[in-house]
Amino acid sequence: MHLYLPIAGLSVNALVIVLLGGAVGILSGMFGVGGGFLTTPLLIFYGVPPAVAVASSATQITGASVSGVLAHSRRQGVDFRLGAVLVAGGATGSLIGGFIFRLLQKSGQIDTIIGLLYVALLGWIGLAMARESARAVVAGWRGTPPPPVTTQRHRKWIAALPFRWRFYGAGLYISPLAPFLLGLITGLLTVLMGVGGGFILVPAMLYVLGVSARVVVGTSLFQGLFVTAATTLVHALTTHAVDLVLAGLLLVGSVTGAQIGSQVVQQVRPERARMMLALIVLTVAIRMALGLTWHPDALYTVQLL
Amino acid sequence: MRARFTARGAAAAKRASRLSQTLRRLGLLACLPLLLGATEPKLVPDVSQTQIDIAYSFTGAELLLFGAILYPDGRPPAGTDVAVVIKGPSEPLLVREKAKVAGIWINHASERFRSVPSFYAVASSRPLKDLVSPRTAAIYEIGIDNLLLSPANGSSANEQARFEAGLIDLKRRSGLYAEHPAAVSVREGVLYRASVPIPARVPVGAYTAETYLIRNGRIVAAATRRIEVGKSGFERFVAGAATDFPLLYGLAAIGLSLLLGWLAAIGFARARR
Repeated sequence: MHLYLPIAGLSVNALVIVLLGGAVGILSGMFGVGGGFLTTPLLIFYGVPPAVAVASSATQITGASVSGVLAHSRRQGVDFRLGAVLVAGGATGSLIGGFIFRLLQKSGQIDTIIGLLYVALLGWIGLAMARESARAVVAGWRGTPPPPVTTQRHRKWIAALPFRWRFYGAGLYISPLAPFLLGLITGLLTVLMGVGGGFILVPAMLYVLGVSARVVVGTSLFQGLFVTAATTLVHALTTHAVDLVLAGLLLVGSVTGAQIGSQVVQQVRPERARMMLALIVLTVAIRMALGLTWHPDALYTVQLL
Repeated sequence: MRARFTARGAAAAKRASRLSQTLRRLGLLACLPLLLGATEPKLVPDVSQTQIDIAYSFTGAELLLFGAILYPDGRPPAGTDVAVVIKGPSEPLLVREKAKVAGIWINHASERFRSVPSFYAVASSRPLKDLVSPRTAAIYEIGIDNLLLSPANGSSANEQARFEAGLIDLKRRSGLYAEHPAAVSVREGVLYRASVPIPARVPVGAYTAETYLIRNGRIVAAATRRIEVGKSGFERFVAGAATDFPLLYGLAAIGLSLLLGWLAAIGFARARR
């Protein structure tokens, strides 16, 4: 079934987009990542203009996060205070990101920077996750207890920051500057890469800030919800690249997929699930790296003046 | 240094020749009625749609161009050919060229073009090279290689040609530039019809369909029809809202995604109970 996307200006197979949203939704339900790191490159690969892909996948992540946030907050899985600090940082980051985006667009290097960011971040996180989950899986086979994940609960540079606050849900007594900075970085990435930032936020909260695992996913979804909503607004006002039809199709798939994913994850061993996510993340990273180094299909690109 | 000057000179000469071509073309068009006089035939063209609507199910269109050739003496001579040129609105473009730097492909050089037709299709009754002389083809911009794209950077002619080739290749690949030789059929020398496919990615705007009657490599009659390509219904509403009311549009997008997410959450919660 073909549908015309009014902003992207092309006709797509609606079923493909819904299924793409569904697959990404399953991931977001399982791991608490928005899945933007998959949606954006796949949409661009499908022929959607990059700006529209980035903007519309931000809109989609907003919707996909809602059910997750609701579910986690019912289970007391959201630290709203920490979430609010992260959102404040994220909003600041998305404003700065918007400025950088325009600057890079003008110089024509935006696509290269997006590609490099994807390769560097996804490669790094994918490798770290693969190593950690592989150890856990191997330990499971041998019947030995999984090796403890070394988290430094007290990092010197974070402890050195002034004005400490108590974050009860997260079980932390740290300066809000640290999560603010973390939020700022994810906000930047949301604008530049069209990702919710969950794949940065979740490991950073766990391993850098030392947030209690119980609230990590919920708080990350909470932050993603607000920052992607802000990003949607920024894109709607500046680039006019939000495609409602495209976002709607993605949403129909992803909200359904998210529900399926949250069921599936309860039946899969967590280390296996993490291994799967690591493999997906690494695949995307390798694909992006090849895209940067292989002789491009088209040497020339066109920009409207 | 000298080579550079001659290259500059060549570019200037090319620009000058293009200008004179354009002037000549305008002059020719102006005196076309006089030249044709009473002994020359007249074209009566028509199009199947003067308005192409892009609606939700738009996957492209087939534009039918047809018409009659009227001869003053009523007897059609042998060897009549017809070419139809469909052109979209022109736009200024920046074309970027990638080069391998430190192992990765990045945008390296660029060239500006002042007027690039967003869409260009030519259909003809025979291959263009058999139809018109290169000179005529250049004057009337018949054929993709004869488009005047007005490069604006003042770089060397070689470089301009390279970027032009890259741009045309890109447009061809996306189906926005196309040549359809043998897509026009002429019946008994008096009726012609051409069918030109319009791809789904077609840009919106005011299009022109120029019909040329060609005999012995010369254009003996010409006529133009306008075609409007626009979004209609819901698509028009959405595209209009996105540019005219960006704040409301953005809030609506957020609202829609929140609503869909919430509906799914309560829907699935019910289903599970």
